[in-house]
Amino acid sequence: MTMTEQPDVIEVLAEAKPSPGEKYYPPFEVTPELTEKAKEYIAMYPEGKELSAVLPLIHLVQEKHGFICPQSVLWIAETCRSTPIHVQGIVSFYPGIRTRCPGKWHIRVCHTIACALSGGEELLTYICEKIGVDPKTMTDAEPMAVSEDGLWSIEAVECLANCGFGPNIMINDTLYSQMDRAKVDALVAEYSKKA
Amino acid sequence: MSSEQPILPKDAAAAEGKVNVQINGKWHRFPKGTRIADACNSVGVHVPCFCYHPKLSVAGSCRMCLVEQGMPPRLAPGATPTYNDDGYQTIQWMPRAIVACANTVAENMGIRTDGTVCREARRAVLEFLLTNHPLDCPICDQAGECKLQEYTADYGQPSHRFTEAKIKKGKNISIGPRVNLDQERCVLCRRCVRFMKEIVGEETLGVVGRGGHNAIACYPGKTLDSNYSMNVVDICPVGAMTSKDFRFKMRVWFLKSTPTIDVNCGTGTNINIWTREQQVYRITPRQNDEVNSCWMPDDHRLNYKYINAPERLLTPLIRTDAEAEQQPAAWEPLLRAVAEQLRLCKSSELAIIASARLTNEELYLTKHLADLLGIKALDIVPRMGESDGMLISADRNPNTTGAKLILGRDGSSLPDIVRGVKIGRIRSLIVLGEDVTAEAGISAEQLGELDYLLVVAHSESPTVRAADVVLPGVTFAEKYGTMINVTGRIQRLNRAIEPLGEARADWDILRALLQECGEATLKAVRATSSMDILEEMSEQFEALSGVTWANIGNCGRPVLETGVTIPLIEREKPRKS
Ligand code: SF4
Ligand code: FES
Ligand code: FES
Repeated sequence: MTMTEQPDVIEVLAEAKPSPGEKYYPPFEVTPELTEKAKEYIAMYPEGKELSAVLPLIHLVQEKHGFICPQSVLWIAETCRSTPIHVQGIVSFYPGIRTRCPGKWHIRVCHTIACALSGGEELLTYICEKIGVDPKTMTDAEPMAVSEDGLWSIEAVECLANCGFGPNIMINDTLYSQMDRAKVDALVAEYSKKA
Repeated sequence: MSSEQPILPKDAAAAEGKVNVQINGKWHRFPKGTRIADACNSVGVHVPCFCYHPKLSVAGSCRMCLVEQGMPPRLAPGATPTYNDDGYQTIQWMPRAIVACANTVAENMGIRTDGTVCREARRAVLEFLLTNHPLDCPICDQAGECKLQEYTADYGQPSHRFTEAKIKKGKNISIGPRVNLDQERCVLCRRCVRFMKEIVGEETLGVVGRGGHNAIACYPGKTLDSNYSMNVVDICPVGAMTSKDFRFKMRVWFLKSTPTIDVNCGTGTNINIWTREQQVYRITPRQNDEVNSCWMPDDHRLNYKYINAPERLLTPLIRTDAEAEQQPAAWEPLLRAVAEQLRLCKSSELAIIASARLTNEELYLTKHLADLLGIKALDIVPRMGESDGMLISADRNPNTTGAKLILGRDGSSLPDIVRGVKIGRIRSLIVLGEDVTAEAGISAEQLGELDYLLVVAHSESPTVRAADVVLPGVTFAEKYGTMINVTGRIQRLNRAIEPLGEARADWDILRALLQECGEATLKAVRATSSMDILEEMSEQFEALSGVTWANIGNCGRPVLETGVTIPLIEREKPRKS
């Protein structure tokens, strides 16, 4: 029986994971707007239940800064009267929450069964080639690969809820269905030009 | 018909606030609100649990406690229930098992742990738990007291169907100064996480990752460094959390455990001492809901090394000439010589510095020694510190309450005795179980100026080195006796190992001294054990009347009202009710 090598979780948590994508997102910073927004979220929950706002705040930070950096974990913990380890537990639980900065355009390729059968698997390799990343760098511990210029990142994800029209991919928040190589070429060309 | 039966079991039970529950075919009565797991275990039907711990919130996550459950069928509208000859309704069994830890008993409930449903559920849970488990039992400290091992032997299956690669996680992680973590052995019961959050109030531990990659962790830069951290080693059902101190020292099945109490402070935390032959290997807390719940502080737990240390005094010592070295001596002639010397001393120039680390029985004999020799200058060395708001009492002596009761002393006249020694008013000193160069503040030179210094102690100290005669006593692990904690609860010390070398239990030394000094009336002089002395004391102290070794039991009993409470226990009380 072989064992897959898995790095120690504690070390993974502590590691700073630089990404070329960082130049496209503002670095995390506690601004008055952020504090204001956080207050708004917390006010949505009954008093003493600040803990419930952890997830919305995680989304808030990720949306703006691309990922959840260690500093933001500390800030969320403090804001929600939680602890860093609790926030980290949530961050590490959801695959949709990133601990490394994505590229400016983040591509999610569905690899759940319907899409995989209709060509999603091959498409993943193709897109990797297209945006210049090595698919082998996508592991359990670090499922996302970022291109050197920081423009692109890619990740295999579970069902995008559009199974009848696979293979499906998503670029940032836009869904593209019935993909093939030509469509990928066109999309990559289009997005490369986008500001 | 039911109406012919005068009282149905359900009504009889309800009158006592209880419900009837059938467990493996037999009917039992339990108070309402009892957890199914506790109910079953209380009548000898074992329910295996990983995540459930009576002192922590219920997680219901490990599913090890699955049992088959049934209730009377739901009645059709308008129908009345029917009862069998014994007065119970028929039980309709549910096809799926339920967790016994998170559910409570109900009237006419049926529980089965001996059927296929339950057996299959347990087998399956264990199979899942073992898929990624490293199976490193041969080198695991928990082996022999591991719940995963026990349950697998009882309810598991002999073969492994999982042939895929096992998920690797962190092994041998130093998660704190006193605790190591093996994430692969962990069954993710989260007891440790809940303990730190709910009992210690520091959320140091958490669960990271998802699915098979789930693991216990501290946030980077934080460590499990609370003074209560080692309790997670006790409650961890497997060998995931291990004690750095005990790791690889001894296979647990070679150890004998002796129930006794901690003597590091006035709380008198109930503990077990784990020994093999004459060696102490570890100390663990023992449950006592009036004293320490299930926990103990790390520094107290680890303070046992002195028991087997090279500093222990193994033979009586005597100094024949002022300048000479101390020489080993034989007990009996030495005791005789000491008695002779003590009788020669002027009682006004003689003082006793005793210790609130002595047992009640020893204090009792001390009192009589003082009376016999006419000594008025007698006191203990007080040790006040600060309470940690948990279990550690402000009083760092374990038996101040006993000293107050028996000697009528609380340390307040110690400065007077110390002054007496310094100005030469006191010429001879008996020191029992203390190093007076420490807290009492008598220097070694001042001790050297005394005419006569008799010391009873278990280990080397400057006081011992200055003594004319040293009688080797024992540590708390080597003797029987009782102490009264800060709340006024009398508790037993049990002997875990025999006195080392030629050392003797302190009560026995005092008894022999009394005898040599000519005490004849006291029954305790002929005592063959500290239990005999306790018996005599129970006749003389009102607080101890009716108290016997047997009825103190392993959990102690309250004998005095002191008004002092133990913070952790006070916090636990509202939670219990
Ligand atoms: S380390 Fe032990 S106590 Fe903590 S979750 Fe794992 S098995 Fe449970
Ligand atoms: S399987 Fe790809 S969208 Fe559902
Ligand atoms: S003990 Fe009941 S689910 Fe864990």
